[in-house]
Amino acid sequence: MAVVAISQPSEAEAGRPSSVRARLQRLGAYLQALPLILILGFFFVLPILTILVVSFWDYDFAGLYPDFLTMNYVDTLGSWVTWKTYLNTLKFTALVWCLTLLIGFWVAYFLAFHVRTTTMQMVLFLICTVPFLTSNIIRMISWIPVLGRNGLVNSTLIDLGIIPQPIEWLLYSDFAVVLAMVHLNTLFMVTPIFNTLMRIDRSLIEAARDCGASGRQVLWNVILPLAKPGIAIGSIFVVTLVMADFSTVQVMSGGQSASVALMMKNQMSLLQYPAAAANAVVLLIVVLLMVAAILRVVDIRKEL
Amino acid sequence: MSKAAEIDIVSVSKIYGATTAVHAISLKIPAGSYCCFLGPSGCGKTSTLRMIAGHESISSGAPRLGHVVVTDFPPARRNTAMMFQSYALFPHLDLVDNVAFSLKMKGVDKETRRAKALAMLRLMQMEAYAGRRPAQLSGGQQQRVALARALITEPEALLLDEPLSALDPFLKIRMRAELKKLQKTLGITFVHVTHSQEEAMALADLIVVMNDGRIEQAAAPRIVFEKPATAFVARFMGDHNVLSGRVSAIRDGIVEMGVAGGQSFAVRDIAQEIGAPIDIGIRTDRVRLDPAAEKTLGFQAVVSNIEYRGASVKLTVSGAGSDDFTVIVSDADYFNKTVSVGDAVSLSWTLEDVVPLGRLSA
Repeated sequence: MAVVAISQPSEAEAGRPSSVRARLQRLGAYLQALPLILILGFFFVLPILTILVVSFWDYDFAGLYPDFLTMNYVDTLGSWVTWKTYLNTLKFTALVWCLTLLIGFWVAYFLAFHVRTTTMQMVLFLICTVPFLTSNIIRMISWIPVLGRNGLVNSTLIDLGIIPQPIEWLLYSDFAVVLAMVHLNTLFMVTPIFNTLMRIDRSLIEAARDCGASGRQVLWNVILPLAKPGIAIGSIFVVTLVMADFSTVQVMSGGQSASVALMMKNQMSLLQYPAAAANAVVLLIVVLLMVAAILRVVDIRKEL
Repeated sequence: MSKAAEIDIVSVSKIYGATTAVHAISLKIPAGSYCCFLGPSGCGKTSTLRMIAGHESISSGAPRLGHVVVTDFPPARRNTAMMFQSYALFPHLDLVDNVAFSLKMKGVDKETRRAKALAMLRLMQMEAYAGRRPAQLSGGQQQRVALARALITEPEALLLDEPLSALDPFLKIRMRAELKKLQKTLGITFVHVTHSQEEAMALADLIVVMNDGRIEQAAAPRIVFEKPATAFVARFMGDHNVLSGRVSAIRDGIVEMGVAGGQSFAVRDIAQEIGAPIDIGIRTDRVRLDPAAEKTLGFQAVVSNIEYRGASVKLTVSGAGSDDFTVIVSDADYFNKTVSVGDAVSLSWTLEDVVPLGRLSA
């Protein structure tokens, strides 16, 4: 007991300078985090807050009037055009998601399991990324001479005598939109899936074979479940990109199809900023819900 | 539980491109025995095991399991089960589903396969963890689950690829005992790959010492220990000093071997011609620190290192053309008459403690 009693005051004395040091250390930690806080604050939090605030403002053809009205939301959610546009966007998203998943998984599977050497894997993977060296718009527009009325596909088919006259729905149609979107976004599916497939311990596949699993059973019972985190990450990329797309829809449908982002763009060109802002908030909520749904199904924490 | 299979390997080779991993080895493993493939890494022991399991294609030759040639059979049709070095448990499945995996592949319905898997886990004393994932288990527990998964198919032979290498020393010895007990109760053939001679000695009915893709010796542990067939086996098992030289004289069935230092040593039972190179092995624990009765059964040496090992003391000496001649003396003998590094000592042994070592013809 005596020892404890003696040691107490000395500890308290020693405690004072160390608590100052601890406070300085804490301050240092905040200082280190400051640049990131500033960047995120200016370029992420502030714009979103602005959109949120503006979405409650009033407007007419001449200007914006600070206010707190739910009119913009009532207009947006009350209009059948909005609902139809959302439905159309969701249709594109679903189609593009299915197709990119199917194509992306097989490309990644081929790269990860059928290409033997790492060098070859890297070379093939880089080849996959080559189209990304050009801009989105160029890659999209380059479909026009391929799919057009007198484009490559139609003229080849006519020359071969397979069809008597050009197929009309190749370009400026939902087909063209989905095709271009799949082309633009498949790599976002390939990369994360390839990454998870490469991490699968090869002895698991041997163990499955030892247990009598056929190739298909190995795929279904071992590889696919273990690729889930990659599929989830790829899905988040594709879903958010397609939900927010306006240029592909505009160019490839020739203005015949609509998407939520395209609707916003049109509102902005009419200077209806508050309406566009309300629309943006609704879209943000919808996309966040979709991402949350994906994360509910798959636990991607171990991939991060 | 089920019948055991005899494994008969007939001149099986494995060639990877330009390198030969396994050189036409032949081996017969009796049904129901515990066989250990022993050798340094890269000696071809794992390749051989994987060829038996069917996870490695066979370049030439044929393995037979229970009199059936299985060269073209997929792993699951060979009636063998393999336990992988890292256990290869499926991380996304709980223990029951891991163990029931092969039954699921066969299309057994859920109730039956889960019941069987639980019974298997109970046998391995792992039923309390049935709902856990492999990542939540310790190494020893993972091993039991891997065993349960391998045994649920009721294989005739269990193939184990370095099953104990991932465990800490204490657990290693405990799991070793469990493996041996399991093999005795199941009565099936176990083929176990290891690079630890201690492990092989403790477990095996048949030790197969491999080096460089060839079998150096395949025999019972006692024979491998007492009569190593080659210099490699003698060195690898670590209980013999190996001396190399040429035959200098032969009389009355006793061969004298001359070494570089000008000394010669006697060895029995070896048909050789004068001048032929030979190796002999001398048991480290039979060498005494006494002057030799005959000068071909001992030599003068200088102590270069002393290691105290509790019940025994290990002396490393140099002399007779050898730098690392090892002498193991009991602690009682050593402390009766201690020596220190740099001392000159006389070593001796009897003719019975010298074994002639053969060479692979290859």
